Amino acid sequence: MSSQDAQSLSPAAVPIRLTINGTERRLQVEPWTTLLDLLREQEGLTGSKKGCDHGQCGACTVLIDGKRANSCLVLAVVKDGAEITTIEGLGQPGNLHPMQEAFIEHDAFQCGYCTPGQICSAVALVQEGRAHTREEIREYMSGNICRCGAYTNIVDAIEDVLGQSSTLREAAE
Amino acid sequence: MKRFDYVRANDVGEAVAALAASPAARIIAGGTNLVDLMKYDVETPERVIDINRLPLNTIEATESGGLKIGALVSNADLAYDSRIAERYPLLSSALLAGASPQLRNLATTGGNLLQRTRCYYFYDTGTPCNKREPGSGCPAIEGVNRIHAILGTSDQCIATHPSDMCVAMAALDAKVHVIGPGGERTIAFEDFHRLPGDMPEKDTNLQPGDLITAVELPAEDFTAHHSYLKLRDRQSYAFALVSVAAALKIEDGRITQARLALGGVAHKPWRDTEAEAMLKNSTPGVASFSAAAAKVLETARGYGENSFKIDLARRAIVRTLKQAADGTPQSQTDKRIR
Repeated sequence: MSSQDAQSLSPAAVPIRLTINGTERRLQVEPWTTLLDLLREQEGLTGSKKGCDHGQCGACTVLIDGKRANSCLVLAVVKDGAEITTIEGLGQPGNLHPMQEAFIEHDAFQCGYCTPGQICSAVALVQEGRAHTREEIREYMSGNICRCGAYTNIVDAIEDVLGQSSTLREAAE
Repeated sequence: MKRFDYVRANDVGEAVAALAASPAARIIAGGTNLVDLMKYDVETPERVIDINRLPLNTIEATESGGLKIGALVSNADLAYDSRIAERYPLLSSALLAGASPQLRNLATTGGNLLQRTRCYYFYDTGTPCNKREPGSGCPAIEGVNRIHAILGTSDQCIATHPSDMCVAMAALDAKVHVIGPGGERTIAFEDFHRLPGDMPEKDTNLQPGDLITAVELPAEDFTAHHSYLKLRDRQSYAFALVSVAAALKIEDGRITQARLALGGVAHKPWRDTEAEAMLKNSTPGVASFSAAAAKVLETARGYGENSFKIDLARRAIVRTLKQAADGTPQSQTDKRIR
């Protein structure tokens, strides 16, 4: 945050501490600032997208303390102390997360606007361990809308990563 | 979003004191509905009290053999809790029929009870709405009302309560634990939400300064015969047009205990104890299920676009009771209705 931005905050701003993509950040936030706006506007992490801004599309999905959540419906101030992971924290060019690799491999997007939310959600879906079939992947991804309709390839990508992780689990047993 | 004072309560006492000091304040827990409404200026609280630090996020056994669910337990944690999934599968199923995985991670038990209607006019501050602005009128009655109520309506409001969780809790005969300026008390689920009448601005019978602390499930569970069937415009991540929670006990081919509640049809989760009484001692089958459905819908009234709900509800009740009786509850991932 630049000093100019800090000065433009209202006196109602309160100090909070967030761990964002592994880095501890001490921040001043106005209570009406959503986590999504904080990430995008104050922290410059524009990977998380503002689609509907009303919890209906999932483009803003991030991981809060490891769980997927719509960051547009979360006031940042209530998450004081939380660990936030955004798409930027999952992987970077040259060092992609397996889910990012799978989305590329399966061409699981067209315009790409919903993709960061889809990938954060899909990473959580794998960690939750409740989806085992294509039907279940679709159900547990229903909170992420893709207006281009890349759903078939999104399910392919997730199925691929699920297969890899179950293979890994079997190998470890 | 309008600006507001933010107060963080560190324990129940602080929250109750903060509410007593400003009864018009709004409590924030998960925020999934409140923040949404604040973005539309439907809710414009001057003060928001954050209760996320309160120790209300556990599920504990009660002395009477039931479970007490803290108000801050998330919808996801509740649905997947092994005790809930094993003993109250109807509740798990209803929770998993609602919203999306992301929203279920945020949304809380107490907040789900207090979520507001998704009536288009309630959300649109450019139109009148008796619930949002008492006395301004209800354009839904003669307007766009495909999603609106068919039971218990008034000439001032035909909004529905949108929850799935609450429909199961109504069927399970839950109790709501509340703490307010006068101390602690419990409210029977039936008495928690209210019909619109001439005060549609009031969704519940909570009093100013009340804070929900828990929902208690009685010991009586329905593990063998239950089903939650939710019918909607798309198969996931949509509010119910009609939903039905059914729970039965069947001994020697006769129903010995019946619970029946509907969602998406009224201003509150619509439990019908008279229909339950008709089912009791009957033989499970289309005849008794149809009679119960007819009883539930005896006073149903359509408003045009939503008139289809009457027949839809009739058939949904029969189907859900059949699923419950057969021991084949509706799957919330395999959407085929059998």
